[in-house]
Amino acid sequence: MSTTGRAWKYGDNINTDVLFPGKYTYTAQGRAEIASHALEDLDPAFVKNVKPGDVIVGGSNFGCGSSREQAASCLVYNGVAAVIAESFGRIFYRNAINFGLLVITCPEAARAIQSGDEVTVDLARHRILTGSGEFAFPPFSASVGQILQAGGLVEYVKTKLRETA
Amino acid sequence: MPQTFAQKALARAAGFDFAEVGQVVDARPDVVLSHDNTADIRRTWLEFGQGRVTIPEKLAITLDHAVPAPTTKHAQNHAEIRAFVQEQGIRNAFEVGRGICHQVLSEEAIVLPGQLILGADSHTPHFGWMGALGAGIGRTEVATLWATGELWLRVPESMRIVLDGPLPPGVTAKDFALRIIGDLGADGGLYASVEFSGSGIESMSLESRMVLPNMMAEFGVKTAYIAPDEKVFDYLARRLARRQTTDGGRTVTEAEVAIRNSQLAANAIYPDADASYIAEHIYAAAELEPYVACPHSVDKLATLSQVAGTRVQQAFLGTCTNGRLEDIAAAVEVIRGKRVAAGTRFLVIPASSQVLQDALRLGYIEALVEAGAHIGTPGCGPCMGNHMGVPAPGEVTISSANRNFQGRMGTKNAEIYLASPAVVAASAVTGMICGPGNL
Ligand code: SF4
Repeated sequence: MSTTGRAWKYGDNINTDVLFPGKYTYTAQGRAEIASHALEDLDPAFVKNVKPGDVIVGGSNFGCGSSREQAASCLVYNGVAAVIAESFGRIFYRNAINFGLLVITCPEAARAIQSGDEVTVDLARHRILTGSGEFAFPPFSASVGQILQAGGLVEYVKTKLRETA
Repeated sequence: MPQTFAQKALARAAGFDFAEVGQVVDARPDVVLSHDNTADIRRTWLEFGQGRVTIPEKLAITLDHAVPAPTTKHAQNHAEIRAFVQEQGIRNAFEVGRGICHQVLSEEAIVLPGQLILGADSHTPHFGWMGALGAGIGRTEVATLWATGELWLRVPESMRIVLDGPLPPGVTAKDFALRIIGDLGADGGLYASVEFSGSGIESMSLESRMVLPNMMAEFGVKTAYIAPDEKVFDYLARRLARRQTTDGGRTVTEAEVAIRNSQLAANAIYPDADASYIAEHIYAAAELEPYVACPHSVDKLATLSQVAGTRVQQAFLGTCTNGRLEDIAAAVEVIRGKRVAAGTRFLVIPASSQVLQDALRLGYIEALVEAGAHIGTPGCGPCMGNHMGVPAPGEVTISSANRNFQGRMGTKNAEIYLASPAVVAASAVTGMICGPGNL
């Protein structure tokens, strides 16, 4: 499995408030409304120009802050395929996996990729392919891999409940 | 094999005697927390096709993040949560005005030492003040817990932070937390479990202890821990006894408190002396001073004197970090007999109705209102920008909260400085960032 798209590059400590402002977190419902507020306070051009398959590239501690899961789902609803960063806030990391969003810890790639670069994530070979080179990333842990394979936590749990029923 | 607190607590929650660092366990939490996000969690949970939540007795639900409802949409959200609480018979549900989730669950002794609490709230490490393992999770994970009662968790690496000696006058737990994050960075504790220790922690009030694990969310941690002592057991035993007898309508005896006290102590978890840690940071309390976190990141540390004189239009005292009685007392001590500066607003929001009642009884609220402060409904207030004190563009707020991200209080082009309650109150008096010594 692999996915290709353009890179949107941001800095360190990209927090959940700039990914999805808190003032919408108890009222926004549905894919379109949640998608419309993505990165609202960071990069208003993002929502207008993002294409399915695009990749977000961040520095360290990407997604730090709140537990709000729209910080991850708003990216998925905009078609973002993966986030590549030097490191991730732990709740964001879990939320992303739970929505089937690839979160890839790869400091070398995160530093090398520039905004607008074409980026391919090759999941089978654990490689990121870009104009500036090829980067390996560690495979996902078994628990994370299972959830990704199911297409997210909801589908994973549904299957589990069916099996135990 | 020696184990850290996190190893032991997660082993217990997964039904093992031992858990290795890095091991992934299926943990069964004792408490599952959600708040204004409960309606959205319910929508996800409905996808699982269950009519009943499998663990209703473990759910704790507070209405606290946008209360009283600022808009029709928020009101609708609350109404859906109330209907769910009733339909599922959730006993530990708390209405608008009772207070902020972390404070209420502490006051009501719903979480206990050694337990695991998972919450759809990033400050769930808060419960480390009593030696419980608290960790934040996402809404879909809470829905999963309602359906299955268990969730995978990786056993984290642990880090020790030691506070040697008592904090000097004018220096608070908040200053210590800001200093740690300033020194080591907002990602300095990423993924780790932080264990606090040292004589400075032991001599701290429980209210001050609550600040530390709470603030560690801004340090990137999974969880944080303070070894529970007699003070913790006594606080919880009394509240547990009171809660259980309010239900039964009797008064509690000291003997009953003592029994609960020893039960709590028996379930407490302590790390082994020779457990292994990825890092140890030792702070001499005497060398700490009042600090301020500057916009827009908690690790942008300044000493109070470096930013003194910065104009503020709003001073906000409240939140799960610093909205307790001792915080209000510290503010009253600073402001009593003085006035809030013209051109500055001073907003005080008690963390819970219990805090509000205590503050009323002690005359604190009267002193604050007399000085020109205004008081909000117990809850999160403007902490996350929903309502009730949202700044205008270009305005500067000094706040006792834990987080100062850009846009956090609902306005993109506004600045937030974080400091201790006394500094917030003093800044309200002069309209500029300053300490009580400058009044
Ligand atoms: S007071 Fe602020 S940090 Fe605490 S729970 Fe409420 S919104 Fe979160």
